[in-house]
Amino acid sequence: MTETLPSPVVNADSAPYWQGAREGRLLIRRCDACGQTHFMPRHLCPACWSGDLRWVEATGRGTVHSFTIIRRAPLAAFAPRVPYVVALIDLEEGPRMMANILGDDALDTAIGDAVAVCFEDRGEGAAVPQFRRAGGRG
Amino acid sequence: MSETSLRNRVAIVGVGESDIGKVPGMTGLGLNAQAAKRALDDAGLKPSDIDGLLTAYSFTEPYFMLGSVLCEYLGLQPRFNASLVVGGATPAVMLKHAAEAIVAGQAEVVLVTAGENRATGQSRDQAVAALTAVGHPYFEQPYGSSIPGFYAMIARRHMLEYGTTREQMAEVAATTRRHALLHPNAHMKAPLTREQVLAAKPIADPLGMLDCCLISDAGGAFIVTSAERAADLRAKPAYLLGIGEFHTHEHIMCAPSLTEFGATRSGAAAYRMAGLGPADIDVAELYDCFSIVPIIEAEELGLCPRGEGGRYWLDGRAAIGGGAVPVNTHGGMLSHAHAGAAGGLFGIVEAVRQLRGGLGARQVEGAEIALVHNEGGILSSHCTMLLGKDKA
Ligand SMILES: [Zn+2]
Repeated sequence: MTETLPSPVVNADSAPYWQGAREGRLLIRRCDACGQTHFMPRHLCPACWSGDLRWVEATGRGTVHSFTIIRRAPLAAFAPRVPYVVALIDLEEGPRMMANILGDDALDTAIGDAVAVCFEDRGEGAAVPQFRRAGGRG
Repeated sequence: MSETSLRNRVAIVGVGESDIGKVPGMTGLGLNAQAAKRALDDAGLKPSDIDGLLTAYSFTEPYFMLGSVLCEYLGLQPRFNASLVVGGATPAVMLKHAAEAIVAGQAEVVLVTAGENRATGQSRDQAVAALTAVGHPYFEQPYGSSIPGFYAMIARRHMLEYGTTREQMAEVAATTRRHALLHPNAHMKAPLTREQVLAAKPIADPLGMLDCCLISDAGGAFIVTSAERAADLRAKPAYLLGIGEFHTHEHIMCAPSLTEFGATRSGAAAYRMAGLGPADIDVAELYDCFSIVPIIEAEELGLCPRGEGGRYWLDGRAAIGGGAVPVNTHGGMLSHAHAGAAGGLFGIVEAVRQLRGGLGARQVEGAEIALVHNEGGILSSHCTMLLGKDKA
């Protein structure tokens, strides 16, 4: 029996983020005081500590800042997926986030690849943001 | 308020290592106790002389209030005690806190100890799963990320920006294995070639199994006291000349850069306090949880220019007798031992021993000033110290 992949853990900081993922939208936090966007969602802006934050929908476009191909899964649930790509994605809006690169050509990933967000079902309607190679270099 | 300098104020006067490797007959606390007893004997002190204790954390025996637990186990009732958690940076940070406590008159003799039975106290799968928890629980772990994977992403970025190669990283493991073979208590006893490292089972590209640190049963300890008291003790003191820390993030997704880390800042603070620079260093013990790490640290701490860390190792400059500053003369965490915070603590033990001299083939000729760097997390928390055979 294969273990299921982890579902998102929703808390007070992240509830709208994960609700967005259920709806196929990548939401990030923008500070109205200093204009900076950030990842991960927080109670205040890590750049200026203002609480004047809003959720904005990211375009979902980004580039691969770095990546690795995992050959030995850290948890049993990921073992059937080996080898798979874990990457740090620089979003067009600025913030950096982690995700897998999915798709048949994932193992061809290179630094600088343009990628686009997609959403992976994690059961009972929950989803996590993921990325696919979008062709071209950012 | 100006900074109170810790330069020349305290010294390490005793060091100890537990039995290392697979030590199935001992608990984690027992490994700490054995190392502590050896450090105390080395210093020529008695348990009743200890009035302060600092320890780190344990994955295999995750007690709440580990410092108090260890005091209880050792029969100590100190006036200064804490368990600190700054990942692998903890041992160096503990020395800094011990020094501050001694300078402030809050303790006179501080026992600093760390260790875990990571090889036999848990299964390999448990070990890997426990370490996975270092990734962010909500935004990294759902992607099947792993600690080797985080460092692999750093390695790949270094390869892209500076032309660092897998061969250069493999040489880190091969060089430090040669050093470990000169150490009577090192976990690894067999030679290791660069070719073997390159051919090892892949874990997270570009890192293979032998680019990753060991999983050992091991405990380490050292005793810190005032420079005045150190002068009256049996062992040759290793004086603290300078120490500094710097912290930039915890999770790699929040790292300000994948090529520039906090070691530059922690090193600068240590150098400034000591009134010394990289050219004064005779031997360096750098954190090496993965082969890429001492390449980056050699650059950040000024042993070589930025981007030349890989060549520093491949050209043999990090080797004992290599004509530059030898690195990880005990074998480091890749070949001597890694058991939680004890891994970095052994770099401090080795630096003290190098400054005392008499290590035979392992001895760095004329070692008078040693640098030790510990880092924790994903190159997140940094602490650098300079130790001297004499005061600066
Ligand atoms: Zn702001």
